[in-house]
Amino acid sequence: MSTLDYEAVIGLEVHVQLATRSKIFSVSSAEFGGEPNQHTDPVCLGLPGALPVLNRQAVDMTVRLGLAVKSHIRPRCRFARKHYFYPDLPKGFQISQYDEPLCEGGAVTFRLDGEVRQVRLTRIHMEDDAGKNIHDSSGVSFVDFNRAGVPLCEIVSEPDLRSAEEAAEYLRAVRTLVRYLGISDGNMEEGSLRCDANVSIRPRGASRLGTKTELKNINSFKHVRDAIEHEIARQKALVGRGEAVVQETRLWDPDRGMSAPMRSKEEAHDYRYFPEPDLPPVVVDEAWLAAARVALPELPEARHARLLGLGLSAQDVSVLVAERPIGDYFDRALAAAPAHPKKLANWLINEVLGRVADARQLVDPDVPVPPAALAELVELVEQGTLSGKLGKEVFARMWQERRRAGEIVAAESVSLVSDTAVIEEACRRVVERSPDEVARYRGGNAKLMGFFVGNVMKETGGKANPKLVNEILRKLLA
Amino acid sequence: MPRINPQEVREIATLARLRLADDEVLRLTHELDGILGYIATVQAVDTADVEPMTHAVPFDCPTRGDEVGQSLALDEALANAPRRRESSFEVPRIVPGTGGG
Amino acid sequence: MTPEVRGLPLVAQAEGVARGTWKSRDLVEAYLDRIARLDKRIGAFLLVDAEGARRAADSIDRKVAAGEAVGPLGGVPVGLKDIFVTRGIETTAGSKILKGFIPPYESTATARLAAAGAVRLGKLNMDEFAMGSSNENSAFFPVHNPWDLGRVPGGSSGGAAAAVAASLCAGTLGTDTGGSIRQPAALCGVVGIKPTYGRVSRYGVIAFASSLDHPGPFGRTVEDAAALLEVVAGHDPMDSTSIPQPAGRYRAASKTGIAGMRLGVPKEYFQAGMDPEVEAAVRAALDELGRAGATLLPVSLPHTEYAIATYYLICTAGASSNLARYDGVRYGHRTAEAHSLEELYGKTRGEGFGAEPKRRIVLGTYVLRAGYYEAYYGKALRVRRLIANDFAAAFAEVDALVAPVSPTPAFKLGERLSDPLQMYLGDIYTVAPPLAGVPALSQCCGFTKSGLPIGLQTIGPALGEEAVFRVAGAYEARTDWHRRLPEDPA
Repeated sequence: MSTLDYEAVIGLEVHVQLATRSKIFSVSSAEFGGEPNQHTDPVCLGLPGALPVLNRQAVDMTVRLGLAVKSHIRPRCRFARKHYFYPDLPKGFQISQYDEPLCEGGAVTFRLDGEVRQVRLTRIHMEDDAGKNIHDSSGVSFVDFNRAGVPLCEIVSEPDLRSAEEAAEYLRAVRTLVRYLGISDGNMEEGSLRCDANVSIRPRGASRLGTKTELKNINSFKHVRDAIEHEIARQKALVGRGEAVVQETRLWDPDRGMSAPMRSKEEAHDYRYFPEPDLPPVVVDEAWLAAARVALPELPEARHARLLGLGLSAQDVSVLVAERPIGDYFDRALAAAPAHPKKLANWLINEVLGRVADARQLVDPDVPVPPAALAELVELVEQGTLSGKLGKEVFARMWQERRRAGEIVAAESVSLVSDTAVIEEACRRVVERSPDEVARYRGGNAKLMGFFVGNVMKETGGKANPKLVNEILRKLLA
Repeated sequence: MPRINPQEVREIATLARLRLADDEVLRLTHELDGILGYIATVQAVDTADVEPMTHAVPFDCPTRGDEVGQSLALDEALANAPRRRESSFEVPRIVPGTGGG
Repeated sequence: MTPEVRGLPLVAQAEGVARGTWKSRDLVEAYLDRIARLDKRIGAFLLVDAEGARRAADSIDRKVAAGEAVGPLGGVPVGLKDIFVTRGIETTAGSKILKGFIPPYESTATARLAAAGAVRLGKLNMDEFAMGSSNENSAFFPVHNPWDLGRVPGGSSGGAAAAVAASLCAGTLGTDTGGSIRQPAALCGVVGIKPTYGRVSRYGVIAFASSLDHPGPFGRTVEDAAALLEVVAGHDPMDSTSIPQPAGRYRAASKTGIAGMRLGVPKEYFQAGMDPEVEAAVRAALDELGRAGATLLPVSLPHTEYAIATYYLICTAGASSNLARYDGVRYGHRTAEAHSLEELYGKTRGEGFGAEPKRRIVLGTYVLRAGYYEAYYGKALRVRRLIANDFAAAFAEVDALVAPVSPTPAFKLGERLSDPLQMYLGDIYTVAPPLAGVPALSQCCGFTKSGLPIGLQTIGPALGEEAVFRVAGAYEARTDWHRRLPEDPA
């Protein structure tokens, strides 16, 4: 059978660093960076005699994620020790979850080519992060434990993905979701979002899974696509030659555009899991769940559907949904100007977004043009008090001077002249001094209307109501 | 019928990162064989429907609020470091891709 | 006035300091003198902090002179098993792999002792990582039983028991995972209590088996042990398995008497294998308890025969895990030359650990291996519950249990080193209470003809330290064993 008839089967394991202030089992700061080993304590250094104490916020953040993806949240879950030796793992084991994770099942929704897709989740569990190993060109390496003990949640998907592109979109959807929930930055470059991929191939239509390989060192969305595509091609080539895919872990090398097997000789990871004796089972009761549910924001997919329902274009909707503060800003503006969703969207996307470095600034109380102010401006344009062009000038001044549109318009008589007499006067002057153009227009050259309109606008310093200008000119030139 | 052989002891020693001399391996194999034989007697106990007892305390995991507390001063954190450079712990060169979980 | 500290109970010492009868400094100097003269024959101390002790004592004395309160243990010199992390003072857990380790933090239990005014004399010898029943597994040197220097003091808290027995300090803290407080207490003729699991914080106690580790005190008398326990017990937010309640009133309980109490005698603890002198002394003690007003009833703990196997399955798995952090990266011993991670770990741990930790690490790793877990560790956890249920069922009928501690008195140094399994089998009477988490105390109930102490064990229900102290206090009040002292070594 030609490998053209093979399909790829992909599952992702995504680690999300939770944005708590302190670490999951100790009180050191969880902040990123700092001088090596500046944020350490006996617990996260694995000193003899140290004991873990659970940060409730880490649990709450994972619960909210579980609710958002409609997982089953276990009322009682357990931590387990996962053993391996590595310099950045101070205790010689990670405190993770094995048999009884906090969340089971659930699904993540993403969109690809306009279609809504769902990827089922196996589980979501909590664990502590390891430190960082730093290598230089000498014969030694260095270990920094600042990151050791920062809370992680691991999202394990079922192998429901079928292409590298789908995998990247799934990952993007996870990123958007954790940012909506406010539980993580989801920043791959900084390591607050990490991804390993499990890839296998099988004949299309087969139900059994092929041998899978695990891909690691995927550090960006581009890597996700490249690494998975490369692996699918590699496996197809193997199978095409009649060889078998070996179950192994492979490291992606972005510089060389290829992966290589990890050189861990022996135990293919016997982690020797057993229940963590230093932490009794964690109970998440109905009251906790109820409070967490109430605190859930509108999720990306629901927001996507709602905004489409308002008649916005798919392209505009995807911009508004990309970051929660953008949609939040939009909703607040819409509340003040409910009749103009499309216009508000345009103004937000074209004028406001470009002026902030970070979408979070949109919901900062200090934002130069708050949502209600934008709504006010849009109303003025739609009423005809301002032309679009004038509106943009007014907006620029609103942003710079932190003033409301109504105030600027009133204070400086910046508004469209809608006095029919004034406009008619200007139109007559233009028509009278352009006899050639008048003749050509009446001769059938309709495009010359722009010439007349432009001149009238010049006459009026751009302040004439364009609709009226058009009406009056048509009458005069008829 | 021995319950454990030297090869398995060597495998476990590798898992546990213990470099053992040959005579240690042989001695351990002999001792553990006897101990395992004794320990395996638990398998005779009927434990159908018995829940594992992982903790001797009847209460749930206590939790704390998300407040940042005192970290160790840098010199305290590093004071016992067998090898260090500046504020990092030094180890032999780690070849990327040979370990980790 | 310089007190005669030999045999002087801790409680009396504290009262003397508070009243101004003597100074803490006098007590400290008296003990330092005894340690200097006698401890080279006994080997109880790994580290003596004379300067630190003198400074602390002087500070207490200044406060007393100024009329300030100095806490319930004000001025009393104590020793700490070297398993308790002490800030700025070397802590080794009896192992070469931690030689030179100076902790940057303090354990909760030792901090509470200091806050109560106790003066720390030094760190006490122990079996390496609390693994052993004779203190012969110390990486440094063995401890000798003060009653017979050719014999073991018991373990793993051998130093802590011997130090009290030989009056090298007024009281000590040890830990008990399978009997490591009670068995040395019995072999050294002093009082030692393993409290309910979680009663004393494990924060800063170097972990051996985690779910079985119990810090607890040694004292010359029941009241001394009670006084120490009152200070160190109670909830600690730094330990997630710490019992939420505060410490109880154990000194008062020890004076309450036992009229009307029902005491169970577990038949499985009196089967063949006990030294006849031990059995005779323990039975005589039961008679004494009857005369004190208690009713003795036979009870059964049917899963006793599986307790040792269950214990060694659980504690070795825990040990293999807890000892994984000793890798030469952040503290402790590091092999001199390592050009790869494998070499760093393998040689550091191969050089740093003694034979018993290696044995238990290998066994523990084995029973946790994928494919073996359910048959070994998983199974042991279920049998553990059955053992705990046995105790719960017994305590539905009786208020406390009384039993022997060790099937034999102190054995000779070197006698049991060739067969580790034989050493483990000596734990038969002590391993079950830690598995269940219930409190248990050992006190002297007699001596062999050759002058070796014999211990009596009282076991209470979970959170039932008061019942245990009632029984122990009542027994002591009617007997004189606790006043007998070993001769000072020549």
